[in-house]
Amino acid sequence: MFQFDSFQALVAMGGHGFYVWISYGVSLAVMAWLVISPLKRKRQVLGNLKRQQRRTVADGRRTGEASY
Amino acid sequence: MLVRDLRLANRRRGDMANPLIFFVMVATLVPLGVSPEATRLAVMAPGIIWVMALLASLLSAESLFAGDYRDGTLEQALVAPQPLWVLVLAKITAHWLVMGLPLTLMSPLLGIMLSLPPAGYPALLASLALGTAALSLLGAIGAALTVAIRRGGLLLSLIVMPLYMPVLIFGASAVQQAVDGMAYGGTLAVLGALLAFAVMLSPFAAAGALRVGLHG
Amino acid sequence: MTFTQWFHRLGSPRWFYQASGKWLPWLAAATLILLVAGLVWGLGFAPADAKQGNSFRIIYIHVPAAFLALAGYYVMAVAGAIGLIWKMKLAEMAMRPAATLGAALTFISLFTGALWGKPTWGTYWVWDARITSMLVLFFLYLGVIALHYAYTSRDAATRAGAVLALVGTVNIPIIYKSVDWWYTLHQPATIKLTEAPTMHPAMFQPLVVMILGFYCFYALALILGLRAEILHRERRTRWVRELIGEDAV
Repeated sequence: MFQFDSFQALVAMGGHGFYVWISYGVSLAVMAWLVISPLKRKRQVLGNLKRQQRRTVADGRRTGEASY
Repeated sequence: MLVRDLRLANRRRGDMANPLIFFVMVATLVPLGVSPEATRLAVMAPGIIWVMALLASLLSAESLFAGDYRDGTLEQALVAPQPLWVLVLAKITAHWLVMGLPLTLMSPLLGIMLSLPPAGYPALLASLALGTAALSLLGAIGAALTVAIRRGGLLLSLIVMPLYMPVLIFGASAVQQAVDGMAYGGTLAVLGALLAFAVMLSPFAAAGALRVGLHG
Repeated sequence: MTFTQWFHRLGSPRWFYQASGKWLPWLAAATLILLVAGLVWGLGFAPADAKQGNSFRIIYIHVPAAFLALAGYYVMAVAGAIGLIWKMKLAEMAMRPAATLGAALTFISLFTGALWGKPTWGTYWVWDARITSMLVLFFLYLGVIALHYAYTSRDAATRAGAVLALVGTVNIPIIYKSVDWWYTLHQPATIKLTEAPTMHPAMFQPLVVMILGFYCFYALALILGLRAEILHRERRTRWVRELIGEDAV
């Protein structure tokens, strides 16, 4: 059964809204960061590698041999 | 190794004295910062003296392996025929003899300065004698882990401080119990157990950490 | 497949990267469903506590975070030990993400605990045994992370972190016991923190859902961190080059 009569009551949490919502908000923000930051790092690593590879391929064409 | 370290320490008396001077000087800050009233100081004296001792020990832990690392003695020790932990234990013992022991012997002076009640002195001496040895042992792990890092001192404190906490708790409590007129033998026994445990664990951990720090 | 074969395969970063790619969608879905269900249930449908009112709803985030913060230290230490003893690459790579994750969860549990404490006990911070132990755990995590960043050589950083994590593991029970003992010695008479009262099933069920959700979240975040670490460390290997080749061309 839903415990609150209205949306306002849910936000107010019987006067404890500030504490409840701040703790949930900050926790979820930290958790989101924990998921996003490795994804960002992965993309960064892949991006760097791709750029590097493209450069190598271009160099290889110019000199006529694959360079490592 | 032990004899050599002691001889070296004797030659560098200044370095050796610094943590002790620190120990006394910080103790003079407390009345200045809090209150010169004897009653108030007496309440805090056991805890403060113990925290000071802990900080002094922490401060000197950095130098435990630093000198040997710089002049290459440590590299030789790694390939020496004796197991590394024996050497580590010797170094820790030397550290305690030049640091923990004088600190313990000086603590009654601080007790007077901070008006520690007379009942606390035997417990203070006993708990510091056992406790500083445990602190030296634990500090050695941190010192070994940070020896190869430049400016490892601050990092060392960060690493070692949580490990120091049980020693601080039981050491300061023993003195407090003595001041309150309670039996403190059990608390000292726990402190002794912590020390025994640290003796078993720490030389090996520190030796392992030295290998890691020096050779990756 | 024999155990050693399995062990070696699991230890291969390449195999793990490819396999975990297949697990991720399922794991992400499970995490999302459990967390959303637990949150809605806990915030909206669980009955309010008779004494604490609605502030008690913080429990649904506080307790699971504390759970995983503690378990996370052992995950990190075990990974460190496996890396040290068997030189398993994958375990070595797991240390850093596990440390970050654990520190963040410890922070969450401390932060929510403080916010829960204010309406319940009238103060943000109490030197209670459990809170103090949690703070010490936070310091232990920070030590491992700081040590990690201090080394310039990656291998040395990993191994030093592993040694420290192991020393910490041995010390955690001692620290907890002594903090506990210290607290009973100094227990203030005014603030009596009762043990978690026997909870009503209607309050308890959402908590179970949230704990499960946090476990899934932990696995998800750890795997994501591990995958990023794998790519970074293996960036010069052939399989990673081929992987990019597929994407790029």
